[in-house]
Amino acid sequence: MNSVEFTLLVGLFGALAGFLGALTGLGGGVVITPVLTLLFGVDIRYAVGATLVSVIATSSGAASAFLKEGFSNIRIGMFLEIATTFGAVTGAALATRIPTSALAVILGVVLLYSAILSTRPKPELHEASPGDPLARRLRLNSTCPTPHGWRPYAVERVRTGFALMFGAGALSGMLGIGSGALKVLAMDHAMRIPFKVSTSTSNFMIGVTAAASAGVYLHRGYIDPVLAMPVMLGVSLGSLLGARHLSGAETRKLRIIFGAVVAILAAEMIYSGLTGRI
Amino acid sequence: MIERGEEQVDRILSIMLRTGVLIAASVVFAAGIWYLSRFGGQHPNYQAFHGEPEGLRGLTGICKGVAALDPRSLIQFGLLLLIATPIARVAFSVVAFAVQRDKIYVALTAVVLLVLIWSLTGMGYAPR
Repeated sequence: MNSVEFTLLVGLFGALAGFLGALTGLGGGVVITPVLTLLFGVDIRYAVGATLVSVIATSSGAASAFLKEGFSNIRIGMFLEIATTFGAVTGAALATRIPTSALAVILGVVLLYSAILSTRPKPELHEASPGDPLARRLRLNSTCPTPHGWRPYAVERVRTGFALMFGAGALSGMLGIGSGALKVLAMDHAMRIPFKVSTSTSNFMIGVTAAASAGVYLHRGYIDPVLAMPVMLGVSLGSLLGARHLSGAETRKLRIIFGAVVAILAAEMIYSGLTGRI
Repeated sequence: MIERGEEQVDRILSIMLRTGVLIAASVVFAAGIWYLSRFGGQHPNYQAFHGEPEGLRGLTGICKGVAALDPRSLIQFGLLLLIATPIARVAFSVVAFAVQRDKIYVALTAVVLLVLIWSLTGMGYAPR
């Protein structure tokens, strides 16, 4: 396979991953690393570098669209970004020290977890609560649009959320993924932030988290321009198209199919890691 | 206390992110076509990890490569623009919070900005 063929094929897979990732809310980044390593035989370090770059593109694009809808909470985002950026730099530094087989296993486990999480029903608004006093001091409480007008919400368990975000950032830096599923989990479950605010604020944060680890990857020589080019362009184009077809009955069917694909790739990553083939 | 009225900041951030990604993607696309038109017949091999050459790892090296009309460096420069997009967004947030006289958030955002700059410029990174 020469460079032109390789680029077109990787770009095509990237577009498909981005399209399905946007439709299902899992993000295109989660499958592209396993696809590159398992299907194309790319070393996991190059794959992680290329994926991370594509994550910045898709999350920034999505964040741009979400910001216009008024769901993103910039204060929550900025506050938690302290945790995720420090986590990301730590994770990226760790990634260069642990064996690639261990990276493959961890990625597989995170993928499997994200796939399971995506099948769960999405809770809407949490019951009203006074919130964490720290959230008041940091002015994290805000309002979000609902079908019945703007509704206030309060943020709970700020410290727990902050700690979880450090973990999400570390995984993102270690594996080159956005770890959006974990970010949403921390905000939705621990901090009781409305689901739509959680997802759009998470998208807003992913680009910054990824940029923090991208610097480390760049200086370690993990980011290959010729590989990253089709991945980044393909995934971005795919996500853009996917985001435009966000409703409909087929989406549910696709969600199940894509979830199954992610689960199979995850199992394969874990198996390859454990048998030392990666 | 509930307040909205930050729509303008949201709008500017939204435009910044979209423009950054668009410019970066265009540079990467154009440079990619240029690269493939010259070296498309080569056979890529990513199975063994060697790490990128020194010239593609740092800001100065990449800029030198662009000046020397190296297509790979130009793709990498486009990727740098992409990485810079969220960083520019954080830098703008520092200013936006300063305008609102929100001292806590100016400090919090500035910390994030410093970590990002530290990471991207490779300060604290010692080559092996």
